Amino acid sequence: MANLTINGKALNLDVEPDTPLLWAIRENAGLTGTKYGCGIAQCGACTVHIDGVATRSCGVTVSEADGKQITTIEGLAANGVLHKVQQAWIENDVPQCGYCQSGMIMAVAALLKDNPKPTDQDIDDAITNICRCGTFQQVREAIHAATSV
Amino acid sequence: MNKHVAPQLNRRAFVVGTATLGTGLALGLDIPFGGPSIVRAADGSPEVNAWVVIRPDDTVVIRIARSEMGQGTLTGLAQLVAEELECDWSKVTTEYPSPAQSVARKRVWGEFSTGGSRGIRTSQDYVRKGGATARMMLVQAAANEWKVPVTECTAADSVITHTPSGKTTTYGKVAEAAAKLPAPADVKLKDPKDWKIAGKRLKRLDTSDKVNGAMVYGIDIKLPGLLNAAIKDCPVTGGKLKSYDEAKIASMKGVKKVLKVGDSAVAVVADTWWHAKSALDALPIVWDEGENAKVTSASIAQWLAEGLESGPAYVGNQSGDAKATLAGAAKKVEAVYNYPYQNHATMEPMNATALYTADKCEVWCGTQNGEAAFAAVLEGSGLPADKCDVHKQILGGGFGRRGQTDYVRQAVDIAKQMPGTPIKLLWSREEDMQHGRYHPITQCKMSAALDADNNLTALHMRISGQSILFSLRPEALVNGKDPATFAGLNADGDAAFGYTIPNLLVEHSMRNPHIIPGFWRGVNVNQNALYVECFMDELAHAAGEDPLAFRRKLLTKHPKNLAVLNAVAEKVGWDKPAPQGVHRGLAQYMGYGSYVAAAAEISVTDGTKIKVHRIVAATDPGYAVNPAQIERQIAGSFVYGLTGLFYGGCTVKDGRIEQTNFDTYNSMRINEMPKVESIVMPSGGFWGGVGEPTICVAGPAVLNAYFAATGKRIRSVPLRDQNITFA
Repeated sequence: MANLTINGKALNLDVEPDTPLLWAIRENAGLTGTKYGCGIAQCGACTVHIDGVATRSCGVTVSEADGKQITTIEGLAANGVLHKVQQAWIENDVPQCGYCQSGMIMAVAALLKDNPKPTDQDIDDAITNICRCGTFQQVREAIHAATSV
Repeated sequence: MNKHVAPQLNRRAFVVGTATLGTGLALGLDIPFGGPSIVRAADGSPEVNAWVVIRPDDTVVIRIARSEMGQGTLTGLAQLVAEELECDWSKVTTEYPSPAQSVARKRVWGEFSTGGSRGIRTSQDYVRKGGATARMMLVQAAANEWKVPVTECTAADSVITHTPSGKTTTYGKVAEAAAKLPAPADVKLKDPKDWKIAGKRLKRLDTSDKVNGAMVYGIDIKLPGLLNAAIKDCPVTGGKLKSYDEAKIASMKGVKKVLKVGDSAVAVVADTWWHAKSALDALPIVWDEGENAKVTSASIAQWLAEGLESGPAYVGNQSGDAKATLAGAAKKVEAVYNYPYQNHATMEPMNATALYTADKCEVWCGTQNGEAAFAAVLEGSGLPADKCDVHKQILGGGFGRRGQTDYVRQAVDIAKQMPGTPIKLLWSREEDMQHGRYHPITQCKMSAALDADNNLTALHMRISGQSILFSLRPEALVNGKDPATFAGLNADGDAAFGYTIPNLLVEHSMRNPHIIPGFWRGVNVNQNALYVECFMDELAHAAGEDPLAFRRKLLTKHPKNLAVLNAVAEKVGWDKPAPQGVHRGLAQYMGYGSYVAAAAEISVTDGTKIKVHRIVAATDPGYAVNPAQIERQIAGSFVYGLTGLFYGGCTVKDGRIEQTNFDTYNSMRINEMPKVESIVMPSGGFWGGVGEPTICVAGPAVLNAYFAATGKRIRSVPLRDQNITFA
């Protein structure tokens, strides 16, 4: 059993402590917005926030996340209001297939918390998620749009 | 080389598939629009016809048969229907009909297959007619209600107006009556210049659920009592499963069953996928890898190299006498190129969920070909068409991979061994990397003759390597020849060769290693464009001419090719010097009915680090249904194409693909992304595709710029294997 706090809710989940957090989120907590892409922390599709830090959840065990605040894509909007990154994604029509975008949005949201007005270089350094559709140009435009107001 | 045999399984699957659908295919696309009795959608709303359902609140539900995998076809097709329907775009929503519904209704929705950049271009006519027919029936219903001549009524934004009286009603109010009317026989489509919804830069219809985690992909399916399966297929294609030691994992947590799948794979079924995968990793498995285990990348390369020089070859395009002209040439230029296997690496690994009972088999999956998936369900379950169905999900990437149904068949094979229990089969990324349907491997020898005035008088192009159709669609071979191999090299058609060369010979020595090839976004134009456009650059250099001027002379009889080339040259500023340290390269090609060109600006450090500063890309797809989405396809295609160029090779050792995950099979990141400036220049009169064509000019434009920067030719892909990478 594990005690995880996901999107502000304390959950008691029947899961072994060495299970990757990704699978506890998807299969035990039932939150499928966080995606499996590689399982080796390469692609970033499974990015969530752990105590506010963008983290690839396939590379973290349940026990390592114990007692920490986990936020998934489902918990990014606050009180029904979309996060400005989600809003910018809609306004700039960013997603194509969309599968990587949960992780992309979580990575960008964490970047903007630390760096409210990132330069192109800051974006290049911080955002290392894979998108096979190739939405990078729209991702960059949307980040700038989200931070220009 | 007996060891290079094509797997038989795929051929059998296809034959059964076509036989199953034979009745439907025979009926063709004779689409009944509407009819005397009302067909109702699941919520009870009337179908005006198969394409259009209108709810009482004026919501318009447009049926989309093709699959959405990110390319925007769902939005584009809806725009075309809505344009003719004259409905309120803000009230449009879409839904997928299922393949079983389509088969039961004599294939009323036509083709489901979504590949070859065909989603819009091969269905635009009948979906627009679907929208126009529905509009005419709705207006007629209003005229009937008002007892006025239909010619006095008009429709716009889902509102019907009787012009003389000013009376109005809405589509939602007359849909029931419209659904009972006979479909009009004479349907006239709008001139595209009058489009108000189609042709506009509208936003996608499927974005909101993609930013909050709500979109359900195949991997996200939840069903009561669902169990999860992880699978390992024999790492060497053509090999078999010999044995496994189930006792070793029987007590592991959550494990429900260990199963043989087909004759080459083993699956573990457990309560969660993580349990299934963990147990599968601990399961001792013995494979009979067979003869193919001796194959390596080197043995394949040697076999293909032999095909460049000797043995039989199919002729794809021929004029004049290229060989004789070459023999008497003032100057002869030769070069050998090669292009590797590549995995699609969709972000969502292959998966399918199947539920089998004695009298029903249902599958939930992302597929680019609903009808082929349906055929796989029929074949796997042994049940008739009225007892099977496929519930299509939004795809987490397709790129051609999900046109195949191997993963669907596996899910059914597992579910059939556990009747009554829904089984979600998910491949690990490692399984996905090792059991792809890879971009075919080829080599190409280019030989050209220049006369004393440096005019190009002959080109001989001999391709040696793999045929996709041989493995996946052998019935499409023509007297053994794979016509698709010659994409962009044909004398005419939607993938024609643009250059006019008096003596031309294009041929293919077909050699099929055991690695199963597939349709990889762009397919055969990828390597053919690279061969032709890099070699054109070599010829320009040999002739002492500017690469743009050299191409222009040869394109005078192909003004559309010339127009896109000129467009990128102008926008990149070809006639002006590039910024200090920056070098340029060009490429043009035709594929999927569209004309495309690119200009790249790059800088090179130490000969090994390439920074792609800027890409200018042009496409003439005939008609542009949504320019904003086309621009996104173009930008994305450069990510796919440049990833292929820099990182894309899959290599073979001991008969198996060596790359296992994104650590060994890299993919471009945002820091490597050049700015892509798109020029969408539809010239009208034809319908070309947009998802794929621009990929093929990415590689040659950059390689030609690399030569401009370094004086060195790169004739082998990927650059990773030559220790060249992004700066």
